Parts: sequence; structure tokens; C-alpha cells
Amino acid sequence: MKNTISVRGLRKRYGDVQAVDGVSFEVPEGEFFGILGPNGAGKTTTLEIVEGLREADEGRVELLGLEPWPRNAKLLPRIGVQLQATSFFERLTAREQLRTFGSLYGVSARKADEMLETVGLAEKADVRVEMLSGGQAQRLSIACALVHDPELVFLDEPTAALDPQARRNLWDVLRAINTGGRTIVLTTHYMDEAELLCDRVAIMDRGRILKLGPPAALVRGLDAPTRISVASGVLAAEDARGLAGVDEVSDDGVSLVVETRDPSSVVAALSAKDALDGVQIRGATLEDVFLDLTGREYRA
Amino acid sequence: MSTFDSFKSLSRALFLGFRRDRGALFFTVLFPLLFLVIFGGVFGKQTTGKVDVVEVGAVPVLDRALQHDPSGELGRTVKVKHDDLAGALKKVQKGDADAAVEQSGGRLVVHYSGADRVKSGVVQSVVQQVANAANVAESGRPPTYTVASQRVEDKSIKGINFFTPSLLGWALASAGMFGASQTLVLWRTKGLLRRLRLAPVPIPTVFGARVVVSLGIALGQLAVFLLVAQLPFFGLKLQHAWWMSIPLVVCGVLTFLSLGMVVGAWAKTQETAQTVTQLIVLPMAFLGGSFFPLDYAPKWMQAVSYVFPLRYLNEGMLNVMARGQGPMSALPQMGILLGIAVVAAAVAARLFRWDAT
Repeated sequence: MKNTISVRGLRKRYGDVQAVDGVSFEVPEGEFFGILGPNGAGKTTTLEIVEGLREADEGRVELLGLEPWPRNAKLLPRIGVQLQATSFFERLTAREQLRTFGSLYGVSARKADEMLETVGLAEKADVRVEMLSGGQAQRLSIACALVHDPELVFLDEPTAALDPQARRNLWDVLRAINTGGRTIVLTTHYMDEAELLCDRVAIMDRGRILKLGPPAALVRGLDAPTRISVASGVLAAEDARGLAGVDEVSDDGVSLVVETRDPSSVVAALSAKDALDGVQIRGATLEDVFLDLTGREYRA
Repeated sequence: MSTFDSFKSLSRALFLGFRRDRGALFFTVLFPLLFLVIFGGVFGKQTTGKVDVVEVGAVPVLDRALQHDPSGELGRTVKVKHDDLAGALKKVQKGDADAAVEQSGGRLVVHYSGADRVKSGVVQSVVQQVANAANVAESGRPPTYTVASQRVEDKSIKGINFFTPSLLGWALASAGMFGASQTLVLWRTKGLLRRLRLAPVPIPTVFGARVVVSLGIALGQLAVFLLVAQLPFFGLKLQHAWWMSIPLVVCGVLTFLSLGMVVGAWAKTQETAQTVTQLIVLPMAFLGGSFFPLDYAPKWMQAVSYVFPLRYLNEGMLNVMARGQGPMSALPQMGILLGIAVVAAAVAARLFRWDAT
């Protein structure tokens, strides 16, 4: 499979800050690729260089076999970029907005209206962009990125500041886009989002990629304990500690939590003691991987 | 679809954005029109009102002159009331009358106030003339010397003929500069410039569409101004080469858009852009001769006025619309405006940034 994106040895410095410090990755055709990282990790700068908005100090980028810098009019129709939800022409309705963006790519008004349907905004076609809710504006900005049917789509924190319903709704839209065979690159700092949507993720911090791989593989690689909790009282903490494979036990009066690296035998033992009331089994998540890599201290 | 289709569609989008912006509509169209109505209404009529003269007792000399007034000139100038001396003087003091006149035998006394020098001057000379005419009539001989006055049209323009082109100049300057600077800052801070940069449409097409929309709006402003000013109430009479105001407006708009782009490219926030634009437009409107004719201004102010591009636009439009000069008279001003536009556009291009950070 050929690579849609190929990035090698990217570096970018702003004054004293080395924003991007030797980033390399490849994205094959049709992949849903995520870039994760705390604020200031360098993911936005990386994305901007890859999109062709900034020039790298060092390194090489190829999109669909073409270099994005300097501005490459041959490449632009083949990529779609979603920036912030506010990057609209003022006082136009959703339909007018999308048609105007479409016209920049030579897309007919009819096709633009279809895209409105795709992102579920057909009912809001005549509403001015200033009047759209956060989720609707995000969907419209994604529609503006997709209106010319690009092979490669960049989405920069598309679900930031959305409520849970709007996020889930948007995930469905994104999954549908990816199923259509497009390659998607997404930045986010929602771990659940990355875990759910992305085929592979790159975790960035301080301008470097710390880990890269499928979310499940990264989580397994962490070797973090699984936490099994049952309702407090069904089993004494002492008895739980005696079970084979148990690392740690705690009971806060609501739940008894058992940490183990051998969840199957612990569950079997609990089941034999008929102590599975209110059981919840939680494995490590991408969030644990992320925190393990980037540290837990607060950074503004 | 071609670049031209993108251009058309962008222009349409930008025009819709303008038409739906009530604030912009008010400040570019209604607000200057309001000024035209006020200034044109207050200063528009050039005829001086009659002078009010209060006769104290009988003033036969004046009454006779008013009765034998073949040309009607005196009747158009003087309006006569009657009162006693104390009441008449009070009227003059309060400004209700311009002068009080009393006659005792062959002696005429004129009481006037210095508050309105023009009118008190008119009264004195009128009474003087009436007395002279009476003397001549008394002598029974034809006057040896007669005076025939003929007015020469001077270069100074007053009233609606001045305010129509010069207030329009101010309206164009403010619409052009605010439009360009605000749009540029807004598009940059909202990320629209970056987004447009990532679309395959040539960037000059985007800016071209913005310029064309501004030109269309400006020509609309010109049409509205000319139509309103020609209403009977204002009574603007256009001179033969008035149509040269169209290319003048185009040149002016290009100049002010370029200047606005300089501000917009330099300013980081909308607030800064707005303040700086106002700091340029308002002094330019005053010193560039939009609110009062510079013919009466001190020499230094006239010299300073040539710093402002608005001065050239105003002068060019006054020449063709009000002073009755030929179409070619506007060419120097158009040249200067275009020159400024080119320089400003080059500066704006140097300062231009795609994104806010």
C-alpha cells in the first residue's frame, strides 16, 4: 500500500522554543491517523507544516507524492483542511457558506448542498453561521473541508468544546468519511476519541513523537494492571488478597477494587465464590499510556 | 468552473455579507446621508433673509421709498415693523429686529446692534441709499453718477454644491478604510485567510472580489448622494462633466482600500484597527475639506490638506460636479490618487501576514 503522507526529520524552531524536534511518520492510504499530545507538544505546528501552511526548518514532507511547501496549487484540490469552527465568511447561511467554499474548488452548488446533507445540517441550511451551535458549526467547518471530495483530510481538534451528544454525533460523521476510503489525520486531546476512531496514533510531547502504533497495542504495551471492582461486602478484603494473581486490594465502603495482571483467573475465582455482584472490569486506556509517557504534572 | 466563477461566487458572498451588516449599512450609507441632509438643509440656501427694521413713529422717507419701489429690490430686502422707541430698542437688543429707525424732520437715526455685522451693515447702507435717493428726488435733478453692480462668480462654492461632493468623499474614505482594515484583521484572526490559502483559488481572485464589492458599494453611495442632493429641497445642479465623478470615485476607493489594507495588515486586533482607522479618517475628513470649504481656511491648513488623499478626491469632484470644469480637469487628481493607491498597496503587501501568530 502506498503512503499518502510521508514525513521525515521535521524540525521547526520559534525563537528559543524547538516546537518540532525531529518528527517522522508515514500514513498509508485510507488510514485514520491520530496525533495526540498535551498543549504545546508541537502537534499543531507539525500539522501546519504537513498541510503546507508553514515552512519547516529541516526535514521533508510529501502528500500524495507532492511537496506542500511552497503553496502547491496542484495538491490543494486533493486535500481538505478543517481549521477552527469560526473560519467562515461573515453573515452567510450554512448553505451559502458551503456553496462559496465549493466554488473555490469548482464544485457545483448541487454537490455542496449534498454535503450539507452528509453532515446532517440540511435543516439548518438557511441559518446564518453566527447562529449555529458549537456542534453545528464544527460540522459545517468539516463539510467545508470535504466539499470538494478530497483524498486526504486534516482535522484539527474537531470536537474541542463540544457537549457529549455533539461529540458522538460528530464521530459518526468522521467514521462515515473514513469508511468512504479517505485518509484522515486528526489531532485531539481526547483519549477516548483517539482510541475509538484512530487506526494508529502518535503520542507527541516536547516536539517529538514518543510512541506510535494502534491504540490497543499501545495500551497492551503499557503492562498496566486491570482493575476489577465488585460491590463492597460481597467479599472481605482479606479473602480477596488471598486469591491467586491479585496484586492489590482496596475497599472504600462502596466498591472492593482488585488490581491484577491476570484478570481471567481472578474473575474465575470471584465467580467460584459467587462474588460478582456489580462487577466492573476496567483495563488500561490510551489515557494511561498518555499519562505514563507525558507525566501527570499540570502544564498550562 | 473557472477562476471567474470562483470570483463571481466570492463577490456574491461578500456582498451578501455587507448587505446583511446593519452597522456597516448605517455607517457607510445612512450616516453620511444624514450629514448631507443636516448640512445641506442648514447651509444649503444661499439667500440671506430679509432685514427686520422697526420704525419708531412715522418714517415717511422709508415708507415712500417702499411705495415707489419699481424693481421691488427694497421690498425684498427690508421688512418693516412698528413700535415705540423703548420697545424697538429692546427688539434690537434681543436680536428680534436688526435695526430701529426714527425720523425727526430731515434727520434719520438708525439704532443697530453689532451682533450681526452683515445685517446691521445691510440696514445702514439701505437707509443711506434711501436717504440719498430722497435727496436726489428733492433736488429735482437726475443723478450725475449711478452705480450698477454685477456679481462675478467666484471660485468658492457654498451650500449643497460643496457638501454633496465633499461629504461623499468622507463617506467613501470611511467606508473604504474601515471595510478593508476590518475585513483583513477579521479574516486573519478567524483563520479564514489560512483556510483560503489552502484552497486552490488564486489569492488575487479573493482580494479582487473584495475590491469589486467595495467599488460597487461606493458607486451605490454616489448614486444615492446625487439623487438625494438633486431633490428640490436641496437643489443641487450638476455641472456638465459630473460623470467624471464616477472614475474619480473608483480611484478614490482604490486608494482608501489600499490604505485600509495597510492598517489591517499592521494591526493585530480589530479594536486596534478600528481606532487607528478612525484616527486617520476623522482628521483627514476635517483637514481634507469634507466638512468645510478650505477656501476660507488659513494658509497653513490649506498646505496641510494636501497631505491627505481625500483632499484630491474632494477637489476633483468639486471641479467636475460644482465648478463646471471640463472632464480633463479631474485627471491630475485621479493620477495622484492612483499613485497613492499603488504605494499603499505595496506597503500593505510587505506588512501582510497570513495568520495571527
